[in-house]
Amino acid sequence: MASSPNVPAFTLTRPQDAPLDPPPLYERLREEQPVTRVSLWEGRLTPWLVTRWEDARAVLGSPAFSTDPTHPGAPNFKEDEQPAPRGFFQNFDDPIHAAMRRTLTREFMIKRIDTLRPAIARLTDELLTDLTKLSGPADFVEHFALPLPSLVICELLGVPYEEHPFFQEQSKTLVDLNATGEEAARAFANLGEYLLRLVQTKRATPGDDVVTRLAAQVDEGVITDQDAADLSAFLLFAGHETTANMIALSTITLLNHPDQIPHILGGPDQVASAVEELLRYLSIVHGGLRRTAIDDVTIGGVTIHAGEGVIIPVHVANRDPEFFTNPDDLDLERANVRQHLAFGYGIHQCLGQPLARAELQIALPEVFRRLPDLKIAVPMEEIAFKQATAVYGVRELPVTW
Amino acid sequence: MHVEVDVPKCVASGQCVLLAPDVFDQREEDGMVVLLDDNPPAELHDAVRESATVCPAAAIRLEES
Ligand code: HEM
Ligand code: SF4
Repeated sequence: MASSPNVPAFTLTRPQDAPLDPPPLYERLREEQPVTRVSLWEGRLTPWLVTRWEDARAVLGSPAFSTDPTHPGAPNFKEDEQPAPRGFFQNFDDPIHAAMRRTLTREFMIKRIDTLRPAIARLTDELLTDLTKLSGPADFVEHFALPLPSLVICELLGVPYEEHPFFQEQSKTLVDLNATGEEAARAFANLGEYLLRLVQTKRATPGDDVVTRLAAQVDEGVITDQDAADLSAFLLFAGHETTANMIALSTITLLNHPDQIPHILGGPDQVASAVEELLRYLSIVHGGLRRTAIDDVTIGGVTIHAGEGVIIPVHVANRDPEFFTNPDDLDLERANVRQHLAFGYGIHQCLGQPLARAELQIALPEVFRRLPDLKIAVPMEEIAFKQATAVYGVRELPVTW
Repeated sequence: MHVEVDVPKCVASGQCVLLAPDVFDQREEDGMVVLLDDNPPAELHDAVRESATVCPAAAIRLEES
């Protein structure tokens, strides 16, 4: 099947001269064959690729699709994908998914996240102060984009910050598509073991944090100790690299569009819209959302049969000209931007979105306010983009200010 | 305009609360949607329509009169 010219191989590689645009092959498919097969694992699986905004939203909102990677036809990144514990609830369907998600929904309420804003602003300020004490050029990823979300998620969970190098290492393995399924499973288990000890510590010495409140839900009989640990590990992993990559790529994008920087320095509504457009434009979860049909269903006029896999590349759907006018332009005042799919859609839509928004809305304006002469210290072609990871980003970003 | 919410469908994304905080809230114990005003004034109709469109769980139903 791999050799069939009609079934192109699934790719993550971006055009060299336009590293923030989706692969041209997908842009062509979206126009000519919006629901079509692609090949994975050297042709041993040929799931559907759904590239139009409307179709992508239909799949993500439909109960006819499952996120469970253990279905025989599931279009997993790795052929040897290992099953995850139920605390990793993105991989489960309702009712298990709903029960696990509901143990955390109150932690991510708008009101609750708003109370974290002062802490996020303080951490932003401290990191930028430390950065400006360095003699440039310095790595913006290492000194700002990565430590900020790490510190915030550690604060939220009640994880001591000294442990953060360990978390970053495990998290890196989990999103590295070159890691084997076994390596990924080991990284997840390492985090789980550490957090299991933390759950027990918090029970003895409670704090004002998520792990303490999960431990209380164990005592109420809602979940087990192991669930509490797995849920915490999942949050660490999901909330860490994603936001870091968004901060770094948004900074590059704004530096490439200097005429639009005033929007990110505007009032709260202007900043909120600007962040939504950056989420749409960058759509960093470029490995595609993965589903398996559990019923026969028609999407974009094509029948997808029960048991067949579907990949939804949100970075391609979010550039659909049928829905977003001039989709390849960055327009920080775009009217319908809130309908982007960068956080997904349907019951699995990002649980951490209020936190991600708060971090981006605080960090990005502060970067451009504090560092008005910020510049990337290398030519665009020399920036090390992460091509082979499920979440797009840069490995490092040397800057001067 | 008449607004209804289907609480069991809600996944607590908070998007309606961001767009129309005078119409939608989240309950303290689990972040599920709470309807504050089932008959919002005209100046909020656009925000309420947008909330219904972006709601990831299709949990907001509108009847336009
Ligand atoms: C800008 C940063 C972020 C982006 C672009 C992003 C994107 C996404 C996407 C696309 C999904 C849906 C996956 C699917 O449907 O298969 C998702 C799910 C999820 N995200 Fe995020 N995310 C971000 C930040 C965060 C943060 C900060 C947290 C938590 C601290 C978080 C926690 C989660 C969780 C728990 C899920 C699973 C939800 C479920 O299955 O019900 N994310 N995210
Ligand atoms: S937008 Fe929908 S899912 Fe999100 S909180 Fe409101 S009702 Fe619930």
